[in-house]
Amino acid sequence: MAEKRLTGYRRADGRVGIRNHVLILPVDDLSNAAAESVARAIPGTLALPHPYGRLQFGADLDLFFQTMIGTGANPNVAAVVVIGIEPTWTERIASGIAETGKPVAQFSVERHGDLRILEMAGRRAAQLLQDASELTRVPVERGELLMSIKCGESDTTSGLGANPATSEAVDRHIAAGGTVIFGETTELTGGEHLIAERCASEEVRKKFQGFFDDYFALVERTGANLLGSQPTQGNIRGGLSTIEEKALGNIQKTGTAPVVDALAPAERPAQAGLNFMDTSCAAAEFITLTAAAGAVIHLFPTGQGNVVGHPVEPVIKITANPLTQATMSEHIDVDVSGLLQLDYDLATAGDRLEDVIDRTVNGRLTCAEALGHREFALTRLHPSA
Amino acid sequence: MTEPASSPAAGGVDFLAHRQGDDVAVAVRDTGPGAASAAYLDSGDRFGITARDAIPLGHKIALRDLGEYEDVLEYGVLIGLTRGPVAAGELVHTHNLRSARWQKSV
Repeated sequence: MAEKRLTGYRRADGRVGIRNHVLILPVDDLSNAAAESVARAIPGTLALPHPYGRLQFGADLDLFFQTMIGTGANPNVAAVVVIGIEPTWTERIASGIAETGKPVAQFSVERHGDLRILEMAGRRAAQLLQDASELTRVPVERGELLMSIKCGESDTTSGLGANPATSEAVDRHIAAGGTVIFGETTELTGGEHLIAERCASEEVRKKFQGFFDDYFALVERTGANLLGSQPTQGNIRGGLSTIEEKALGNIQKTGTAPVVDALAPAERPAQAGLNFMDTSCAAAEFITLTAAAGAVIHLFPTGQGNVVGHPVEPVIKITANPLTQATMSEHIDVDVSGLLQLDYDLATAGDRLEDVIDRTVNGRLTCAEALGHREFALTRLHPSA
Repeated sequence: MTEPASSPAAGGVDFLAHRQGDDVAVAVRDTGPGAASAAYLDSGDRFGITARDAIPLGHKIALRDLGEYEDVLEYGVLIGLTRGPVAAGELVHTHNLRSARWQKSV
């Protein structure tokens, strides 16, 4: 097949994005109101409200800054207005994003009040939006696009159809020189040996196993009965019975490439190829972490119909469940339910998915984008002070 | 394009198993008790099975008689242990299958 023309936005740091957002980024919960006011006053900008950013400390605070800076730095973002309650942490996030070379403005609410911030930040946001509107798409290579994958509300049709179809796309993306992030640490339970065997070196295997063992120990330490939470009630309704069965279906989407690195949450991949990231299995938390690591497009196979989206990283939904396709078609970008009736083979399903990936890269809105799904969910590592 | 769930699509089956040797197969359409068609995804081999229960889309059927606390394989890998004896053709789900790894997830 002749290589199709892909277009994107080449940013000052050389990375490639497929969207051109101007973000209004609140540092903390207290600044959500001002950020959302600015986004309402300047339509076309996008506020990212969230409930955290106060009295976090230690590793939890480090991950908070890494996620906020990484989100602003994401190549799908043209420019950012950062608004915090006080100037110090606001400056820390703004300067972290500005290292990419993209335009960043910062405002703090104390000694001004929401209404003066609305005027000051609104004027700046309007300028940044106008400047961003002049940026044009340029030809880009497939291998320049950082992709992430995670499935959700899985059922047995995920392991039979949607995940193997995603696997086809993952192998093709990596063959083109691209990078793909997968994760979902606890959701590998029962199949973690299959991932460990694919690690490219003993060093990577040890890093991966360390992440897995830590999570497993955390779950065991709580003494909780996870059935109904992991697998979820939706998983069970869809026919999945145990964490092992869910994990084996999950792994079906990771393709066949070796695992070149095991990343900490929100860590940017340093090597092309398939990268594991230590993450929660909750959909919005996962995509928020991969977007912070710089991923610009997400493949999301679903069984029962998880509807997640993300404000910065477009999410493509794939299902092989004919009931989900029939009842929730507005959420499904790629229907591969024919795989269950052996109507076509995996290569054909991979072609269908690749076609939607390419159109999404070139600007077609995903179902989640069209429906306004903009879930931005920060991962917490421990309680606040 | 829609088609009635009960119409056997050309080449379609009632159940798919991932690998030869698996103990369970997955219903790929809602099925009632009685004779049903099945196929292995790895080899493409087709086989027949008699369902003892109605098995909804996405739920599993036992492909052989299983004893109490017996290993259950899917994808050629352990997915859990039976809670009690399970006969070939019965529905396999959380009522008769439990995790071997998360011991507290009962």
